[in-house]
Amino acid sequence: MGVDGIGARVKRKEDRRFITGKGRYTDDMTAPGMGFAAFVRSPHAHAKVKSIDASAALDMPGVEAVLTGEQLVGDGVGNLICGWMIHSKDGTPMKMGAWRALEPEIVRHVGQAVAVVVADTLAQARDAAEAVVVDYEELPAVVDAVAALEPGAPQIHPEAENNLIYDWEIGDEAAVNAAFDSAKHVTSMEISNNRLVPNAMEPRAALADYDEAEEHYTLWTTSQNPHVARLVLSAFYNIAPEHKLRVIAPDVGGGFGSKIYVYPEEMVCLWASKRTGRPVKWVADRTEAFLTDAHGRDHKSHAEIALDENNRITALRVKTVANLGAYMSLFSSSVPTYLYATLLSGQYDIPAIHCNVKTVYTNTTPVDAYRGAGRPEATFLVERIMETTAREIGMDPAEFRRKNFITEFPHQTPVIMCYDSGDYNASLDAAMKAADYANFGARKAEAASRGKLRGIGMSCYIEACGIAPSQAVGSLGAGVGLWESAEVRVNPVGTIEVLTGSHSHGQGHETTFAQLVADRFGVGTDTVQIVHGDTDKVQFGMGTYGSRSGAVGMSAVVKALDKVEAKAKKLAAHLMEASEGDIVVEGGEFKVAGTDKSTPFFQLALAAYTAHNMPEGMEPGLKEGAFYDPTNFTFPAGTYICEVEVDPDTGKTEIVSFVAADDFGKIINPMIVEGQVHGGLTQGIGQALLENAAYDESGQLITASYMDYCMPRADDVPSFNLMTTETICPGNPLGMKGCGEAGAIGSPPAVINAITDAIGNNELEMPATPERVWRALQAAQPAQAAE
Amino acid sequence: MATVTITVNGKKRSATVEDRTLLVNFLRENAGLTGTHVGCDTSQCGACVVHVDGKAVKSCTMLAAQADGAEVVTIEGLAQGGELHPVQAAFHEHHGLQCGFCTPGMIMAATDMINRYGAKLDEATIRKELDGNICRCTGYHNIVKAIKAAADAMAGTAQAAE
Repeated sequence: MGVDGIGARVKRKEDRRFITGKGRYTDDMTAPGMGFAAFVRSPHAHAKVKSIDASAALDMPGVEAVLTGEQLVGDGVGNLICGWMIHSKDGTPMKMGAWRALEPEIVRHVGQAVAVVVADTLAQARDAAEAVVVDYEELPAVVDAVAALEPGAPQIHPEAENNLIYDWEIGDEAAVNAAFDSAKHVTSMEISNNRLVPNAMEPRAALADYDEAEEHYTLWTTSQNPHVARLVLSAFYNIAPEHKLRVIAPDVGGGFGSKIYVYPEEMVCLWASKRTGRPVKWVADRTEAFLTDAHGRDHKSHAEIALDENNRITALRVKTVANLGAYMSLFSSSVPTYLYATLLSGQYDIPAIHCNVKTVYTNTTPVDAYRGAGRPEATFLVERIMETTAREIGMDPAEFRRKNFITEFPHQTPVIMCYDSGDYNASLDAAMKAADYANFGARKAEAASRGKLRGIGMSCYIEACGIAPSQAVGSLGAGVGLWESAEVRVNPVGTIEVLTGSHSHGQGHETTFAQLVADRFGVGTDTVQIVHGDTDKVQFGMGTYGSRSGAVGMSAVVKALDKVEAKAKKLAAHLMEASEGDIVVEGGEFKVAGTDKSTPFFQLALAAYTAHNMPEGMEPGLKEGAFYDPTNFTFPAGTYICEVEVDPDTGKTEIVSFVAADDFGKIINPMIVEGQVHGGLTQGIGQALLENAAYDESGQLITASYMDYCMPRADDVPSFNLMTTETICPGNPLGMKGCGEAGAIGSPPAVINAITDAIGNNELEMPATPERVWRALQAAQPAQAAE
Repeated sequence: MATVTITVNGKKRSATVEDRTLLVNFLRENAGLTGTHVGCDTSQCGACVVHVDGKAVKSCTMLAAQADGAEVVTIEGLAQGGELHPVQAAFHEHHGLQCGFCTPGMIMAATDMINRYGAKLDEATIRKELDGNICRCTGYHNIVKAIKAAADAMAGTAQAAE
């Protein structure tokens, strides 16, 4: 390994532009003659649109156009789609209601757009949007998914009777029922997973520019996957054929899933640019982001676990109702099914699992993947019921888990997944040692002497990353393949460009992808440029989500590097009159093993381009591409241990220690990996303690700003104690498992297990606000509270 | 409309703007300095922090007209002669940024914090002082480390100069 190679803590190449204010985000882009868009949005959760009167708005200064859904539909712009088909257990396909980018007839959530104003300045556009008069007839609304399934609930889409999108199941129900019939102990509980808003710090934005002469569109937008956006805009929304549409995702300020999807606003900007004959820019304000960015989570589950006389788990039975909001977002159907129920085995050897999932329309913002996507919901359920069961049977929670760990690999679970590698005892041991688990009692007693209630909780999570083998996901209903592509271009002077379909919106690909090249050829990362995020530059790509950039995106780079190396070695052998098998690459030079003959990398590159002296039949140039389709999911896993102190007077929880022991397989850059874990943990702690997307009964989102939605701040979280254990992933060439989501997946149950341990009451929902904790504490200690 | 003249990063910038124009819009649109970001509408996120007459200010909370005649330093004006400011260098060194969107505000807030506390800055104070800056990527861990390191480095430099 060189100093910049695999495993090195290389400082980020991309930092300089960000720390000097030279980042280029979508809102920083301008185009000559650009107009600004402002959307007219429904103030109602459910209403008929009776009429839209734009006459006053059109008379206002600077206003170019007011466009409505009627015109959009008239121009043949397609409906938004969900790209993953799920069938109910009776074999019927999911019920997809029509979703138009501007709604002409019935609005189904607060904030849904019905019209757009384009004006010379943003202020003019916003003023005019206020002046568009929309006559609504309010309809009854429902926001809770369980309530939406009840007879007599407001009907949201004619296609979906009782608001049921699908009623899906996985696993062997008969085997599970038999296990419960003969169980020695059964623990059952209700488990909610609170609705969250992703809240990337950069709001969504779009700048669309239609070139009439070329009939060509350019879209700069906040996307985690610009090629997928282009594909969807082209194939389903009829904006333009792919070769007439360029999508550029420049610097993107965080995604966390929310920037995977193509939303109404980006589509409308493209359409409005053609309609108005000028570039159109839109940038969400934060409340628009709260109202329209896809939300995450929102599950209500009933879970039961069965044990035999040796406290070994014999079965798990789960029934979940998942709220998908008013419309089916792009990948929404896959989240509470194949990204959720397939992980219900956790780290445990469970012979039989059955899960039934009902997904439901409500008059709320659409719900889709948010950091972890299904796996946090599964992990919270499994790790809460594991902890609860251990408490019920009077066994140490760590020992109960250990007793049920999977210890042999590969391990086929009863819910599709085949775990390829892992060592769950190793991460549990590492975390327990670092957390000084053995001496917790002394710390609890010391805290008690200060009037504080101290608790400890753990979570042994597993997740599935490296999304995903195309054939497998195709058989499960995905509308796309989930491979990745890469191209390695060696320039004539020996510098190297790597074009990747992965997209970095904070992950540091410009550094870590360059480390692969540095490692391979012994060159410095400063001679390597990573190119991504532009459909005109990169041939194709599936983008970044599901912790796939390493396991899938980098694997494609490795395959392309293999090809470049093979050709370069053949050329080097020819030039140095040696046998190809004797050529080695070291320190930026091609050498003939056992001799002092060598050719520097740049000279070889130049020779490939001058092509004056090539082997018989070899094409000039040094540039190779590759597609990589994974053979399996990858399975990062680990143990998190959280220690809290609760103030019994206020119910306020302080996290006094947080230990994370993760197995991510091979790590390219530990510094970057730690950063990913810090961020994930904080989002998970946010879910556990602070964050909640709350609707009132009429469907108003009452947490639609940072004044109301509690984002984790610096003084809400501790410094973290991180460590890694390593089992190599056998499924990809680098042995990587992925690290982007683990923190958000594993941490919420650790926090709730710690608080419930501290207060002696297991009934506690997320977010565990001081009020909820205080009430739970009073319920647990009625005598004490009465004193 | 108001004609506003603000010295931004040492350069006088004049523009006639609508009265309601915020300082952040003046900086981004009139001065062409897009390093200062807008992440919310409620003065909560701190992505827009700049220095006005030497003090950290959320530039979305101030009208451009209120800054008439003021000296403003933005993230673009922090590095001197191509040399990174110690806080910028510390954010790079300690991986205190990921997507980079909150970073300009973080760095400007941190610089002001160090100016006020100097070497006395400890972790608890840094975390409390960062209450007005939201980051969604880093979990704050490395931001806190970076600010502490910068405070120590700047105190060391100040001491050496004495």
